[in-house]
Amino acid sequence: MTPLSQMVTKRLTAGVLTIAVVSIIIFIGVEALPGDPATAILGQQATPENLAALRKELKLDLPPHVRYFSWLSDVAHGDLGRSLTNQRPVAEMIGWRFWNTLFLAAAAAAVAVPLAIMLGMLAALYHDSWLDRLLSISSLSAISFPEFFVGYILIAVFAVKIGILPGVASIHPGMTLSQKLVSIILPTITLMLVVLAHMMRMTRAAIIGILTSPYIEMAKLKGIRQGRIIYHHAIPNALAPIINVVIMDLAWLVVGVVVVEVVFVYPGLGQLLVDAVSKRDLPVVQASGLIFACTYILLNLTADVLAILTNPKLRSAVR
Amino acid sequence: MAFFKLVKMTSTGARIGMGMVLITMLSAVLAPVIAPYEEAEVVADVWLPSGEGHILGTDQLGRDLFTRMLYGARNTIAIALLITFLAFLVGVIGGLLAANVGGWVDMLLSRIVDVFMAFPALILSLMVLSIVGSSIPVLIMVIALLDSTKVYRLARALAMDIEVMEFVEAARLSGEGIWWIIIKEVLPNAMPALIAEFGLRFCFIFLFISALSFLGLGIQPPTADWGSMVRENAGAISFDIMTPLWPAGAIAFLTIGINLIVDWFLHRSSQIRAQ
Repeated sequence: MTPLSQMVTKRLTAGVLTIAVVSIIIFIGVEALPGDPATAILGQQATPENLAALRKELKLDLPPHVRYFSWLSDVAHGDLGRSLTNQRPVAEMIGWRFWNTLFLAAAAAAVAVPLAIMLGMLAALYHDSWLDRLLSISSLSAISFPEFFVGYILIAVFAVKIGILPGVASIHPGMTLSQKLVSIILPTITLMLVVLAHMMRMTRAAIIGILTSPYIEMAKLKGIRQGRIIYHHAIPNALAPIINVVIMDLAWLVVGVVVVEVVFVYPGLGQLLVDAVSKRDLPVVQASGLIFACTYILLNLTADVLAILTNPKLRSAVR
Repeated sequence: MAFFKLVKMTSTGARIGMGMVLITMLSAVLAPVIAPYEEAEVVADVWLPSGEGHILGTDQLGRDLFTRMLYGARNTIAIALLITFLAFLVGVIGGLLAANVGGWVDMLLSRIVDVFMAFPALILSLMVLSIVGSSIPVLIMVIALLDSTKVYRLARALAMDIEVMEFVEAARLSGEGIWWIIIKEVLPNAMPALIAEFGLRFCFIFLFISALSFLGLGIQPPTADWGSMVRENAGAISFDIMTPLWPAGAIAFLTIGINLIVDWFLHRSSQIRAQ
């Protein structure tokens, strides 16, 4: 095996292991309920019949490892159990909400990624100029802002004062794409601002790191034009760290979406998770937590694998 | 005085940051003295505009918003500070121990930390809170433990670098114990990086608790807390009443202040290293 594929295989194995461990942790979560989970879940409504029914529902009559594997195979077959509050299948509740969350996150990413890379490059090329300082101060503030602060300011300005955009991002299956896009404009901007700042700062740092390296110095001394240095020498080498940052920020975005969805009352997976946590509806929490965690881990895994693949040193080892 | 010397060395940004942090800290400490009313006292009508004895108006139950803001600073900052201290206690001891002892201790601790760091913190804490229910002791334990993993990584990496220096080797050869080496040799050298991390970590924890409280799963009413104040007053915004922007803005104010200081501190220590 080449060192490259060896490293990729190693990282993939680690990723699969992490997902396995995470699924065990999520499973143990319900196990760890003090006392009998069925009693704890039902609380005041714990009649003997209810208890017996819930015990069977949670498969509490079986030993833990058997239950874990049966839960895992159910999940793999798309059966996520039933909600404790309204008895509906969890998979049905999660289905379209998951797509809504992905839709919002994708819209934010589609705007944030090109903008962040462009601004980051500008800040790096003109570093220590007024443009760089302005970008640096505004990105530092954007990082410090809680998502709900940005969200409510946008609502106050665009939905209440000016009144041109909806403050509540309601979305339903019958809407056309353009109607959907209009209703998610404000949450998209909120979500975008939060990752934009971080992505931009990291892009700037990556490019400045490369522009100060000896081989760029050499190229300058040889009298190569600025534009050629940037496009032929700097960018190819800056690409790997930038791709890595972008994907890691996307992973972060998938989680950051939770607060934004609550601010804009957007019917996504994050909103569902928060509701389920406050009602202590464990099957829903388990399922949506698992989906969030897996998306996050898979994106981070992709970032690592791409970082290995785009590392020039390893590429030359393969050749 | 040493303090004024320090202030003289700072940049304008860092000075503004210090001012911002100082204002927030003072209002937190002096809350019972400055506040015109009691923490949970209902004094007037709901969502009054500012003025007429209520500088910032009143909240969704007719409590004085300014009073709530002051007590909110007190509660939120105290809890965030406590969590940061605990996270550092666990993380630094664990990290320095792992680097010094090595072997299976390092292996075990590092693998546990890897798993926790692979898991998004917000999702994990939401799951824990749904199982055990939200209360302040649970919040403190869960967030402190989650954040100690990040402190552990940094402390271990720092200690690994210091480990190989001659003075540590000399101390080891002269037969000093492991704790003596950690406290007298490694810790003082890791201090600058740890201090900067303390500021950043505090910001993250502060924002994290505020987010949890905003989601209704953090600090519970009637305790005043900035995150839950935003949540409780969120409905006002559609009536063109800006009440929720005050606590939300206060959160941003404090975190910007700390970030300005940390930014300067990191810049300065990287310059010192470069010289």
